[in-house]
Amino acid sequence: MQYLLNVEKLSVSFETPKGVVDAVREISFTLGKERLGIVGESGSGKSQTGRAILGLTSKNGSVSANHILFDGADLSRMTERDMRKIRGARISMIMQDPRYSLNPVMRVGEQIAEAFRVHTRASRRQAKDRTIEMLNRVKIREADKVYNLFPHEVSGGMGQRIMIAMMLIPEPDILIADEPTSALDVTVQLQILSILDDMVREQGMGLILISHDLNLVSSFCDRVLVMYGGQILESLNASDLNNAKHPYTRGLLNCLPSLERQGELAVLTRDPKWLEGGYNIP
Amino acid sequence: MIDARDLSITFGMGASAVHAVQKVSFSVKQGESYGIVGESGSGKSTILRALAGLNKDWSGELRVKDVILSRKRSIDFYRGLQMVFQDPYGSLHPRHTVNDILNEPLIIHKFSDRERRINQVLKEVGLGSDYRFRFPHQLSGGQRQRISIARAIIISPSILLLDEPTSALDVSVQAEILNLLQGMRAAHNLTYILVSHNLSVVAHMCDRLAIMNAGKIVEELDVEHLRQKTPEHPYTKQLLQASTGYDRSIADTLEWFD
Repeated sequence: MQYLLNVEKLSVSFETPKGVVDAVREISFTLGKERLGIVGESGSGKSQTGRAILGLTSKNGSVSANHILFDGADLSRMTERDMRKIRGARISMIMQDPRYSLNPVMRVGEQIAEAFRVHTRASRRQAKDRTIEMLNRVKIREADKVYNLFPHEVSGGMGQRIMIAMMLIPEPDILIADEPTSALDVTVQLQILSILDDMVREQGMGLILISHDLNLVSSFCDRVLVMYGGQILESLNASDLNNAKHPYTRGLLNCLPSLERQGELAVLTRDPKWLEGGYNIP
Repeated sequence: MIDARDLSITFGMGASAVHAVQKVSFSVKQGESYGIVGESGSGKSTILRALAGLNKDWSGELRVKDVILSRKRSIDFYRGLQMVFQDPYGSLHPRHTVNDILNEPLIIHKFSDRERRINQVLKEVGLGSDYRFRFPHQLSGGQRQRISIARAIIISPSILLLDEPTSALDVSVQAEILNLLQGMRAAHNLTYILVSHNLSVVAHMCDRLAIMNAGKIVEELDVEHLRQKTPEHPYTKQLLQASTGYDRSIADTLEWFD
């Protein structure tokens, strides 16, 4: 299989007044033309992994890696100038809450058209046509009307579809989606995921879906990385998630309330050995 | 224990009026745990806020313990009914210690054995007296939600209104909080109304539930019917299907109910 992205020994750490915090510790993984899920609880390092790939780690953090290979180039050693050519155009990212990621004083259509014009030499006219086409593709009805709305005039679900349209308009090779649906209702969530699903199938895009929702990731993705304490504890095929071996993954699955199970919920007990590297999956 | 008859709640006036809740009726028995499920904007939290007296623009009839409620609530009313909010980061005063936070309801309701109650309630929510003089920022999300629950039960109410008590928490912490709430209900014979968008959480916690959409209750059912996946209303069926995870065939057949 050909890799779109090959990450080796990626670490992210932050200088804080209380000392150095290791958010991500020497993780390695590859991404092909597939849907890769990264699951973990808050603080497990899943979002920092996504941000580090795009060089978006905040200033008090430092990133190190043996390499982050993308299309023959090493993203971890790239200058900011070169990185800008990749970010948005070839690898893009969708954040959790569209309300904070859209410019509140600019019409949504113009924001999407701008994203297109920055990465191509399209004229205003072409950019607008392309934007309307993209809005239709993310299943927004009356796209020319929505084009002229401001972010506060659209619902959360529509806002997220607008974000997706904006991120996908330059046709990136890789999309990193950081909890793209956790602020949305379940029915809207399914629709958003089906749009991402189409992009992976039709354009051969690689997708990294970062989420805390195990059920969602196991039903949507092809492969899942389970993160805890900045490390990848387990990597498995999504269909095998229910047969996961690691006690952490098992614990996460068992503590979910479900329609079938009754009685007291299992509580996750953590073992410091998981992070010492010496822990072998039974 | 709790009865709502033709409860309507409207925000705004004239052409821009939003009918958030429209003629909703339900009743909850003593010791029961009742769930209200719906998507955002369905009016589920608005009902809870009207019951708690946080929203005064309602019409219809609300009764708690066979007393008809007015717009203004007495101190005695709050003695018997308390609420736990969704966001444990926003619902605790950042400059009050746990001790201050727990003391306040005791002062309002003129309890004399404050010391004993604070220590006891902290033990009950699984934190212990070590946490008494900490500030909210020194606690994790789960610990804060435990403090919110402690604050609600410290005056021994008989009814707890729970507005999405675990939706801001990790699943492992959610399990702990749900277990705590279950145990608490058994120990004190509490009556719960739990509002959530998560069907599994409601199925786990409640005996009976109402499904809301666009300000109306579309269906009321007991949890057995939910478990056996035999709801009547197409909206409930769709919600149930959508809650089981990603399925392309379901995503393509979604309908809108208004």
